[in-house]
Amino acid sequence: MTWTTLQTAMADQGYIASGDLSMALHLSLSLGRPLLLEGAAGVGKTEVARVLAAVTDTQLIRLQCYEGLDAAQAIYEWNYQRQLLAIRAASEDGETGKTVEARIFSDEFLLERPLLKAIRQDKAPVLLIDEIDRADEEFEAYLLEILSEFQVTIPEMGTITATTRPIVILTANGTRDLSDALRRRCLYAHVPYPDHETELSILVTRYPDITDRLCAQIVGFVQALRKQELEKTPGIAEMLDFAAALMGLGVADLTDDPAMLQATLTTLLKTQIDRDAIPTEIAQRLAGKAA
Amino acid sequence: MSLVTKFAARDSGPAARMAGFVAHLRDNGLRLGVGETGLALDALTHINAANPHDARRALKTVFTGCAEEAAQFDGLFNSFWMNGGRVKTRVTATATPSQNENVHSGREASEEASSGTGDISAPDGGDGEAASDGQGKLVATDVANLFKKDLRDLVRPEEIAEAEKIALRLGAALRDRRSRRRKAARKGDQIHFRKVMRQSLATGGEPFALPKRQRPDRTLRITAICDVSGSMTVYSRIFLAFLAGLMRADPRADAYLFHTRLVRITEALRDKDALRALARLSLLAEGFAGGSKIADSLDTFASTYGRRFVDNRTVVMILSDGYDTASPDGVSDALARIKKRGCKLIWLNPLKGWDGYEPTARAMASALPHLDLFRAANTLGDLAALETELARL
Repeated sequence: MTWTTLQTAMADQGYIASGDLSMALHLSLSLGRPLLLEGAAGVGKTEVARVLAAVTDTQLIRLQCYEGLDAAQAIYEWNYQRQLLAIRAASEDGETGKTVEARIFSDEFLLERPLLKAIRQDKAPVLLIDEIDRADEEFEAYLLEILSEFQVTIPEMGTITATTRPIVILTANGTRDLSDALRRRCLYAHVPYPDHETELSILVTRYPDITDRLCAQIVGFVQALRKQELEKTPGIAEMLDFAAALMGLGVADLTDDPAMLQATLTTLLKTQIDRDAIPTEIAQRLAGKAA
Repeated sequence: MSLVTKFAARDSGPAARMAGFVAHLRDNGLRLGVGETGLALDALTHINAANPHDARRALKTVFTGCAEEAAQFDGLFNSFWMNGGRVKTRVTATATPSQNENVHSGREASEEASSGTGDISAPDGGDGEAASDGQGKLVATDVANLFKKDLRDLVRPEEIAEAEKIALRLGAALRDRRSRRRKAARKGDQIHFRKVMRQSLATGGEPFALPKRQRPDRTLRITAICDVSGSMTVYSRIFLAFLAGLMRADPRADAYLFHTRLVRITEALRDKDALRALARLSLLAEGFAGGSKIADSLDTFASTYGRRFVDNRTVVMILSDGYDTASPDGVSDALARIKKRGCKLIWLNPLKGWDGYEPTARAMASALPHLDLFRAANTLGDLAALETELARL
């Protein structure tokens, strides 16, 4: 597969990827390296993994990172309640300590979490480590070991080595600086907001029955809005919501009804300050220019 | 197709050229190891390497690691492979320096510091309007001159050593009690099941002891923003020593300077050699004017670095006298925006130590409602005395 065929395959799944991103994904697949995607919220980083799983026809395993995420939630955990019951039952059956120990620290009592699950699949899955910058540094260090060796050490069971190498996609949007060590292990692609043409094709792909005029207006309007000083710049998902809202309300032209446009802005502007920054006049001016 | 660089005939092949390219990238500040060179050659075998656009994309994926590097890469690629960047379509890529908000190394920071229109190395003439940017009049060109004095003359190494100790104690005083991860502890609010299991094996499944786990205290990150304008010159010595000490004591701390512009000095101050760190700092501080634009600088901070480096485990420490040469209206807004990220705000004002001081400077007055702590500090001793107050935050 070349990167252009990958790009086409992703387009068939409804994801319009830029040249840089397709190349990065292609290299990540052929070199077996993890890929770090960075970009503002709402540019479709997470969606990449889902589409890639569909294209390569494998499972998607997702690990959502958050502050305080630790090994018990990310890698594995023992099922303590069952273990306790098993020990009690064993002591009544007169089982010896050695055999009980071997039994309760076996696969049967192991709760697999995403990272362990990903390296024990028969067919290489897509492992999405979402918002890695939300997890703390300790976790990042642990992740490094897994990303370089693809093995997990469980003291009671020994080292589990990956049967297949998962395709790893990490996403970040700059909550904190990632360590150089992590960046070095990964290939890198920066996902910007889409340009005018790309955004048009995204919109048409998602809503095939949208009229050309409205489509051009929506994209022009959102692109103009992104240039404004906003606290939260609207991403692609917001743009699609906006289009869905307009179509649902039967709006054929953005400049037709200022009150309606202002009402549908709830889908694009998500803070009070941003709402105040785009009053009716400005919205109308932007919509007029976009037409 | 665009012009491709002609390499000398004695050139020994693609591998050597790639090594040359990596050296070229390293010269331009990208941190790359031998591993990347190998990976890049490997990557080229998976694509049509004869197509320059494909090659550029592939190498970009391999060699860059953050947004600034990615933005810089096309220019660097052109200058090496595409005949010194003389490519019609791409010539703009090399012309724009990365004005990106996410500067994170000293080298890049210095680039930003010098991106103004004025001549950075020479002070402006004493009369008439300032030659550099901005509409604010330069109040004290002579002061700027004084600041160009080497900071090594101002700060002594012993002071840095002392400041380092103080910074360590302050860092330890700032504890956050809201960690979410639990760790094994003698006293705790949850049972540590893993340990219970282990220990009860010895007693036939009967858990005799109940080990506990608890949320440990976390240290807070200190982000210091220091005013080095003309009016602060007298105190700069203390504060810069403190910043230098802080950077050396706490690997997660972050520091910024401002006069009329904001500069990140973290990387410069991290230099292992304390004196060399100060030398780098004087290079960064050079070319600053004597006025201070507190509102603008804080606003820049809020919209750039603040978004990345300030969170609910951060203490933002502002060291300034609150005298603003520009309009101070924005100070309150900027502080509100910083505060919104969940951090603690501390303002240390050297003037507050004076008898009968009232925060009359308008910037200071408008800032007060947003501050968690507003204290005097003009000696290292004062900073040390903050320890107990910080522990209570």
